[in-house]
Amino acid sequence: MEHTTGFVLPNSGHNRDDESSRMGMWLFLFTELLLFGGLFIVYMVYRMLNHEAFLLSSFELNVTMGTVNTVVLLVSSMTVAMSITAVQRGNNALSAKLLAITLGLSLVFLVIKYFEWSAKIHHGLFPGMDLYKALPKGESLFFFLYFIMTGLHALHIIIGAVLMGVTIYRTKKGLINSDNYTLTENTGLYWHLVDLIWIYLFPLFYLIH
Amino acid sequence: MTTVLPYVNFFQTKKGIFSWIFSVDHKRIALLYLYSILIFFLAGATLGVLMRLELLNPGKDIMEAQTYNQVFTMHGVIMIFLFIIPSIPAVFGNFFLPILLGTDDVAFPRLNLLSWWIYIIGALMALSTLLFGDGPADTGWTFYAPYSVKTGTNVTMSVLAAFVIGFSSILTGLNFIVTIHRLRTPGMNFLRMPLFVWSLYATSWIQLLATPIIGITLLMIVAERVLGVGLFDPSIGGDPILYQHLFWIYSHPAVYIMALPAFGVVSEMLPTFAQRTIFGYKAIAFSSLAIAFVGYFIWGHHMFTAGMSGAARFIFSILTFLVAIPTAIKVFNWVATLYKGSINVQVPLLYVLAFIFQFMIGGFTGLVVGALASDIHLHDTYFVVGHFHYVMFGGTGFAFFGALHYWYPKIWGKMYNKVVANVAFVLLFIGFNTLYFPMLVVGLMGMPRRYYDYLPEFHLPNMISTYGSWILATGILLMVGNLIAGFYRKGPKVGRNPWNGITLEWQTLSPPPLENFDRMPQLPLNGPYDFEHKPEIKE
Repeated sequence: MEHTTGFVLPNSGHNRDDESSRMGMWLFLFTELLLFGGLFIVYMVYRMLNHEAFLLSSFELNVTMGTVNTVVLLVSSMTVAMSITAVQRGNNALSAKLLAITLGLSLVFLVIKYFEWSAKIHHGLFPGMDLYKALPKGESLFFFLYFIMTGLHALHIIIGAVLMGVTIYRTKKGLINSDNYTLTENTGLYWHLVDLIWIYLFPLFYLIH
Repeated sequence: MTTVLPYVNFFQTKKGIFSWIFSVDHKRIALLYLYSILIFFLAGATLGVLMRLELLNPGKDIMEAQTYNQVFTMHGVIMIFLFIIPSIPAVFGNFFLPILLGTDDVAFPRLNLLSWWIYIIGALMALSTLLFGDGPADTGWTFYAPYSVKTGTNVTMSVLAAFVIGFSSILTGLNFIVTIHRLRTPGMNFLRMPLFVWSLYATSWIQLLATPIIGITLLMIVAERVLGVGLFDPSIGGDPILYQHLFWIYSHPAVYIMALPAFGVVSEMLPTFAQRTIFGYKAIAFSSLAIAFVGYFIWGHHMFTAGMSGAARFIFSILTFLVAIPTAIKVFNWVATLYKGSINVQVPLLYVLAFIFQFMIGGFTGLVVGALASDIHLHDTYFVVGHFHYVMFGGTGFAFFGALHYWYPKIWGKMYNKVVANVAFVLLFIGFNTLYFPMLVVGLMGMPRRYYDYLPEFHLPNMISTYGSWILATGILLMVGNLIAGFYRKGPKVGRNPWNGITLEWQTLSPPPLENFDRMPQLPLNGPYDFEHKPEIKE
């Protein structure tokens, strides 16, 4: 149905606006921080109430695997930042490659996480299992928080990996280029947030003694 | 060579149900919200009338105690999560935010549609507890632990529904913030935005920053129920007070998600019907932000009797009193706006006046329960129920109805029957006060809330209250019927500006075209309510 009078609003919501997309992403990241923030508060309160039990339980975690995963995530944050620079300079192929490396690293993280989790589930430490039910209350809280916080984080890694896949596909298709790379930037922002949350989770669960 | 055709309004562009439920046009999404919200409101109101009927006489009247528990929980969940939180922002915010800013849509139109779908999915989840599982939750809308962990009713689904609806609220808030930052018409800086936009801006920040906390807290309730983790249930090692803190960290700011948009629409209607500029534009604009800010720090006043240190209670009480300051600033400015105005008493203005009157009662009773000593006496009594309904229904609800009557001719291009609308208003006003004022009295007398039964000495006020609910229900039905009759056939057509308003929505056609504007919107010379330099509006 044609009904134009030649008048077009200059500030249409249907125009492409990279600034809006970035701002939207930042606001979304705030909500993510607060989502985890609720869990961090619960962690803090129960750690103060059950100091000894949290300490004891933290020895059960595998610091080596945690450290490797931290390094993996930090490197992946670097590669995603590099991919943004690459696409800004017009090197789409390099950008796609760097994103692919990031995607690979995210999978490495998940595989390591899988081995960590399955070892604990094998021991019966997952909430609801036999050994878990027999734990003193402070220790059961620790393992619950461990599973829910690293689990929620792993879910974010999976979402980030999917986002990464979409970005790679669109970069290879040429839909993302040096004039239009907001998706790469937003994927990068999201990935940095996932990384940042891990940077806090790692010491809270594995390191603090 | 493009053909020049006359503008068709947004109702006419496409037909069929799918052109509505998959539309990305903010006006259609707003109406989707309006229809769904009104249906839920009528459902919630029906439950309210049933509760009042049960309380007509002491002892059992029409339902068992357990049924009553489930009815008041369902009433609360529907009214809070499905009606009042989305009411003004999702309906009038969606419809008028882009038009007031002089643009054609929100910043993320598809996200906007997604918000509505998430809302509907959450609503269906909440209602599914009526049919599936072990019956709807009986915990009250607050889902307080440890009872919410132990009860056999279907709390898990209700809580998940609230979690899902939260996302809808977050996405709407996110969308509005970006829209306000990026899509204002050329020449409109922040201090030339209409006050409804300011209040939406403050509301959106609360939606964005408070809702995730309730999301994760509700998920913890689910985890506790499903996995048996002792987070909040003291018998398995949890801390029930922690739940209350986490719950109110969201739910107190949420009270301002419900109230601030109402302040915004009232600030729109007053200048129009006083035909003069708003008094204290900046004070009203910034007090919205102040309320949003201080609102984050006062959640503890819901827990004065739950077990907190004396110092914490003292601080929370002081901060609670602080909120009264920006709120009073608004009320004084509204009243001052009427002073020496050329007042045009129309239906929306009546709702505004009722709003100011009832909201003041709600506000003052809020101070009574915000003070430590009197709260000990009044906690968990009908006084709190009365206070809450005065703020939420007498305040936000009446502002919502007022806004509906105010923007009705713009949305549908027709006028409702004003005589019937006046009668409905009078019924609503009388019914409302007859229903809720006795609750304040009976609360002072010491009647506890959330029981299906009461002592014989509370009989008279409860009887009056129930009679009030019948008047109120009649008023609501009359009002809704009148509005529906208006756009179906009877209402006369209106031009662009039936109220002689000044904000940008009155410069476009009624109903607006798909693109919102058929010519460039013109800003008044000095600020959004400068009636002395009102741009001429040609039909």
